[in-house]
Amino acid sequence: MSLASELPPTTKAPEPSAAREIIRVRDLVVGFGQTLVMRGLDLDVYRGEVLGFVGGSGQGKSVLMRTILGLVEKRSGLIELFGRDRDRLSTAERRLVERRWGVLFQNGALFSSLTVRQNIQMPMRESGQVSAKLMDELAMLKLALVGLPASAADKFPAELSGGMVKRAALARALALDPELVFLDEPTSGLDPIGAAEFDELIATLQHTLGLTVFMVTHDLDSLYSICDRVAALAEGKVIAAGTMEEMLACDHPWLQAYFHGVRGSRLAGAPGARQKDMRGRG
Amino acid sequence: MARLSSRREGETVRFSLGGEWVLADSGALEPEAADMVAAARGAARAIVDLAQIARLDTAGAWIIGRALDELAAAGVAVSVEGARPEHALLLQETKFRRFEAPARARGLLIVDILADLGRSVVSAGQDAYDGVVFLGEFVAVTAFAFVAAGRFRLTSLVYHMESFGFRSVPIIALINLLVGAIVAQQGIFQLRRFGAGAYAVDLIGILVLRELGVLLTSIMIAGRSGSAITAELGSMKMREEVDALRVMGLSPMEALVTPRILALVLSLPLLTFVADMSALFGGLLVCWIYEGISPAAYLSLLQEAIGRNTFFVGLIKAPFMALIIGLVAAMEGMATRGSAESLGRHVTASVVKAIFMVIVVDGLFAIFFASIKY
Ligand SMILES: Nc1ncnc2c1ncn2[C@@H]1O[C@H](COP(=O)(O)OP(=O)(O)OP(=O)(O)O)[C@@H](O)[C@H]1O
Ligand SMILES: [Mg+2]
Repeated sequence: MSLASELPPTTKAPEPSAAREIIRVRDLVVGFGQTLVMRGLDLDVYRGEVLGFVGGSGQGKSVLMRTILGLVEKRSGLIELFGRDRDRLSTAERRLVERRWGVLFQNGALFSSLTVRQNIQMPMRESGQVSAKLMDELAMLKLALVGLPASAADKFPAELSGGMVKRAALARALALDPELVFLDEPTSGLDPIGAAEFDELIATLQHTLGLTVFMVTHDLDSLYSICDRVAALAEGKVIAAGTMEEMLACDHPWLQAYFHGVRGSRLAGAPGARQKDMRGRG
Repeated sequence: MARLSSRREGETVRFSLGGEWVLADSGALEPEAADMVAAARGAARAIVDLAQIARLDTAGAWIIGRALDELAAAGVAVSVEGARPEHALLLQETKFRRFEAPARARGLLIVDILADLGRSVVSAGQDAYDGVVFLGEFVAVTAFAFVAAGRFRLTSLVYHMESFGFRSVPIIALINLLVGAIVAQQGIFQLRRFGAGAYAVDLIGILVLRELGVLLTSIMIAGRSGSAITAELGSMKMREEVDALRVMGLSPMEALVTPRILALVLSLPLLTFVADMSALFGGLLVCWIYEGISPAAYLSLLQEAIGRNTFFVGLIKAPFMALIIGLVAAMEGMATRGSAESLGRHVTASVVKAIFMVIVVDGLFAIFFASIKY
């Protein structure tokens, strides 16, 4: 937090109305068999912002992320990535788009037969022409950034703790310094200190690299401290999207329960603790 | 593309960095940075101007940081100027630190080979020992579940008998039909030269019933069901499902292994019977076509050629083969460690070991039956 807050407010203040959408979803319908999970969902993610995505368990947050990534087939609707309709992309173009994002899956999805170091190097190796020495150094750097000790580099995923898996998977998602990262519950399974460090890392990367972040999270701390905007999913639709203040003011019963429940009100009540606007951007 | 220009003013070198310092260009960036270090040799001061950099990512920042560190190590006083705030922050976050290179131990090839050889001998011994232990545990757990606790997982047993036994019937029948036909055809052609074509029926009857039926069925089942058992148990092991069973107070041996092995032990004799019959039928067809032996004549020749013992010799072996396949498959599955690669290795090992053991045991049975003249 400290580093990010030293920055002048000029950098990358996303102005929702003016900024271009990096992801645009319109009227999306997704279902499995008889049940519809997304029923005409609309969503925008703006360039350079951190979007927090909330919703009850089983409401379809992971499914939406997987649909945007192209892992789940949609029934109908429009998905635009980097300003291009995903259905109209050729295979080669799609590959280029895939190079521009990094993904952290809910359960890590590390390659079980590779060490942590090899996992992080995998995307670099595929992109070609990065020297072995640089790859080793960058892998270690990424490990240090996500807060893993150097000794974790040569461990296999099965030998890691749950929180370490999350961190290693984040390091892999960030391996190529993508423009856009998808994070599915990144701070679940992290201790509060680790989660705060994680928030700080994301904020720093957002400021230094202009990272756009789509983050599914239940962590109210993350929502308050690093998310520029929050979108809420219920009944297959985005029921509300906006800044934290707008969400708090929203009178949808589920949102009321979410933010003003026992846990939510504790944070909302704390006077400005770790609030995004405390960074003093205009 | 990255741009680097340098200007020397007496004891001071000025570097101006521009363009894109990103991972995609790392192939060009690393030599640029090396040039920078070389150009500053002997100078007292170096000023690095980052104002012209358009894009910087962690890889670029790292390369710059490394060059700065190398300059400092060469005794040059370095100062950075003109960096945009976000670039300065990134440089600070990715500050150069030395990581010890990963150990890439490479010994002598011959030593490695000998060490491998030694290890595999030891592990073969360990396997034999583990096999006996596993067999003991299996027998104890199964007997206890049956006799003392009166528990019997009938549903599970029936389910596995269907998938290992019933669903294998078509393929077992087909390959044995073909093998029966091939043996008959070869027998007829070779024996015809002595005018003894009709003796092909003896050949088929004895060979198929004593050896081929049970052997082919066992090999097929080792490949089809043994591998399935290893993969199922292995992936359950990988995803901690086996641990979940254990902490619920259920024995994985009783819940997972026993029903599968019992299903194999019950299915394999039945499949062997199917195999025998279809091989004999294949022989019948070929004898009819090539040698003009009518089905009725074939059956009466067969009756003279074989005794009841010929039939039972093959069938008796089947449950033992099933036990071997099941034990090997379950052991390999339970030995799976966390990775997908480990699962693949154990599935392969399961099939290879099971087939090997089936053939060895078949040989032992042959010696045994020969010495008791059955
Ligand atoms: N492959 C699938 N086949 C059938 N149904 C599925 C599949 N994947 C997800 N679903 C269903 O879609 C719904 C949304 O699941 P999803 O995993 O997106 O939930 P979520 O919002 O991410 O929840 P959580 O916060 O618990 O991770 C659930 O009801 C789930 O049962
Ligand atoms: Mg989810």
